[in-house]
Amino acid sequence: MLQTPVPTYHLDHLQHLETEAIHIMREVAGEFERPALLFSGGKDSICLLRLAEKAFRPSDLPMPLLNVDTGHHFPELNTFRDHRARELGARLIVRTVEDAMVRGIAIPAPGEISRNRLQIPTLLAAIEEFRFDCCIGGARRDEEKARAKERFFSFRDSFGQWDPKNQRPEIWNLYNARLNPGENMRVFPLSNWTEQDVWEYIRREKLEVPTIYFSHRRRCVRRHGQWLPVNELVPPKPTEEVRELVVRVRTIGDIISTGMVESPAENVHDIITEIAAARVTERGSRADDKSSEAAMEDRKKAGYF
Amino acid sequence: MSAVQPFPVSEVRSPAPATSVDILRFNTCGSVDDGKSTLIGRLLYDSKSLMEDQLEALERSADITGGGQVNLANLTDGLRAEREQGITIDVAYRYFATPRRKFIIADTPGHIQYTRNMVTGASAANLSIVLVDARAGVIEQSRRHTYLTALLRIPHLVVAVNKMDLVGWSEERFNEIRTEFEKFLPRLDIKYVKFIPISALLGDNVVDASEHMPWYPGPTLLRHLETVHIGSDWNLNALRLPVQWVNRPNNPTDPELHDFRGFSGQIAGGIVRTGQKVMVLPGGQVTTVKEIHTYDGPVAEAFCPQSVTLRLEHDLDVSRGNMIVAWDHHLPGASTDLRANVCWMHQRPLQIGKKYWLKHTTHSVQVVVTAIDHRLNISTFEEEPAPAGLALNDIGEICLRTAQPVFFDGYETNRLTGSFILIEQGTHATVAAGMLFPPTEVVRPEQSEFVI
Repeated sequence: MLQTPVPTYHLDHLQHLETEAIHIMREVAGEFERPALLFSGGKDSICLLRLAEKAFRPSDLPMPLLNVDTGHHFPELNTFRDHRARELGARLIVRTVEDAMVRGIAIPAPGEISRNRLQIPTLLAAIEEFRFDCCIGGARRDEEKARAKERFFSFRDSFGQWDPKNQRPEIWNLYNARLNPGENMRVFPLSNWTEQDVWEYIRREKLEVPTIYFSHRRRCVRRHGQWLPVNELVPPKPTEEVRELVVRVRTIGDIISTGMVESPAENVHDIITEIAAARVTERGSRADDKSSEAAMEDRKKAGYF
Repeated sequence: MSAVQPFPVSEVRSPAPATSVDILRFNTCGSVDDGKSTLIGRLLYDSKSLMEDQLEALERSADITGGGQVNLANLTDGLRAEREQGITIDVAYRYFATPRRKFIIADTPGHIQYTRNMVTGASAANLSIVLVDARAGVIEQSRRHTYLTALLRIPHLVVAVNKMDLVGWSEERFNEIRTEFEKFLPRLDIKYVKFIPISALLGDNVVDASEHMPWYPGPTLLRHLETVHIGSDWNLNALRLPVQWVNRPNNPTDPELHDFRGFSGQIAGGIVRTGQKVMVLPGGQVTTVKEIHTYDGPVAEAFCPQSVTLRLEHDLDVSRGNMIVAWDHHLPGASTDLRANVCWMHQRPLQIGKKYWLKHTTHSVQVVVTAIDHRLNISTFEEEPAPAGLALNDIGEICLRTAQPVFFDGYETNRLTGSFILIEQGTHATVAAGMLFPPTEVVRPEQSEFVI
């Protein structure tokens, strides 16, 4: 008699996170009229796109991709973003901070160089323009402590604001998606994923990522305790020494605030090994989060992703 | 709150896993001074999940607000208001990993909003940790926490008797607390209970075995978390697939897809196999599973909690909110009259005659409250009359009448098809979490419109 293997009916951690995220993706498709998926070309949103494929294929993705372009993006990121959207046959909507500034929607403070805050009115204007009732984002709770308190379905009022003290309780896998006109939901299917999980998923799914995640030679200057990439937006100051280093990005923000980390990691496997031994968090290299202890909380309350 | 400086370091763990491990979800809940934050800090630190910049940030805030003392509560208390007021507002999620397992901690505060937060944090948990201060012993909070663990049917309970260093590492004190617990545990139906004496501050029996308590022969807390069996926490007996989304490609270029019609959802119970007979509710039509479609190709079988897309033999009218179940002797209940325990989560009380939206699996339906049988005193486990309805953080037994039949299981047999939320009409606030009583009547074949 043939021995048949006993099935185990057991999911490993990535399968577990995947099925949870697919469930959330489909809840969005089932509950909302006009959802959008925020796609930057970064590693987290790359995972989101694969999860969307898993949730909806063979159909087309039932939502367009939306990106708020600060004008300070790494060029490699935008190239990758456009290429991936084309490859998927998805509709990509790009709204720029530049344009929002011209139209007076986004107004920089005197001397404000960072576009980080200006993403908020740009995003809110895009939500209004397309009447999106839901935006799926790639935020994770392990990134930052304000995010650690946010729900999968994060309710925003008609000003796009998050009220951390008045969040809807989330129980079992039952998500309350009900909105009144003008209100909006941000949905984060990767809430329970860690940085390590994201890279392991990229490895398992053999996903392509922008080349700046891998080590390369780049001219950098030391500023505020990090290595910033030298480019036309970040010219070296006379007192600064420009050094050519072997670096990569661990998290991608704007080119003026993203610290490069010195790393020999040439492939996804190297990155996973590197993260496992890392002694600082991913967002340790993001100046936008360091500005104050409540930086992320304040931005989210104003309508940030 | 416990403050430590410097945080005593024990063995540094090897890097987190890169291969296949599973996930354990647990919640911690306790009052302000029982050392919960210190315990979580200890677990994160000793599992190498606490990073240098997080420690730096802790030290920065210690310099500013803490008079120079590092306060581990700042790790879990994420929001400005919490740091200012020194309280925890809501559920915070933390992540750490060891080579054996990944862990998701739902960290819930133990003050006024206790029940609401605990239910939110614990609903998806495999395991619940109740922290007891060895000096104080069993207090009302310990009883409430244990009761909610039982009510939510969390399979595993750990009673961590903390601050053993402050009672001279006394075995006698530990046994006294254990005996106090064992007086009321039999009244609650919790599958597995483990008592562990610890000192979160000094690390004894958290990650490393205690040198101070040789009388304790059991595993450390982390060892227990790493090894506790969670494989049977899902229901694999009775197939339930609540339909989330109908997958029907528009204008496919591939002619093979012209007739593609799939029903997508996360399996909420049981196992589905190609060729299996299934019934579609509410219609009651019986058909066969033609294909279990996934992005990675068709599979012969799939199980709870996998997300799949089913293609059926016959072209049936199936939409979101319908449920596909096995055509066997494990049929679900079907009724417009539901009885449930609910945890009330809103300032406006639950009252008889009021209408709400009920969301059960993927199905939303209007309901009216027909009766409030009693409220439960979660400190004494006694039933009490509830003439004024149920107030915020109350738990009570109620009856609901639904506008359409709901297909369900008792919460005790299936947490996914036995649970619901209530949503207030107008404000759309989530006002209650509900756990259904077992059905009195299952779906009967003669209810079917037709059988194919």
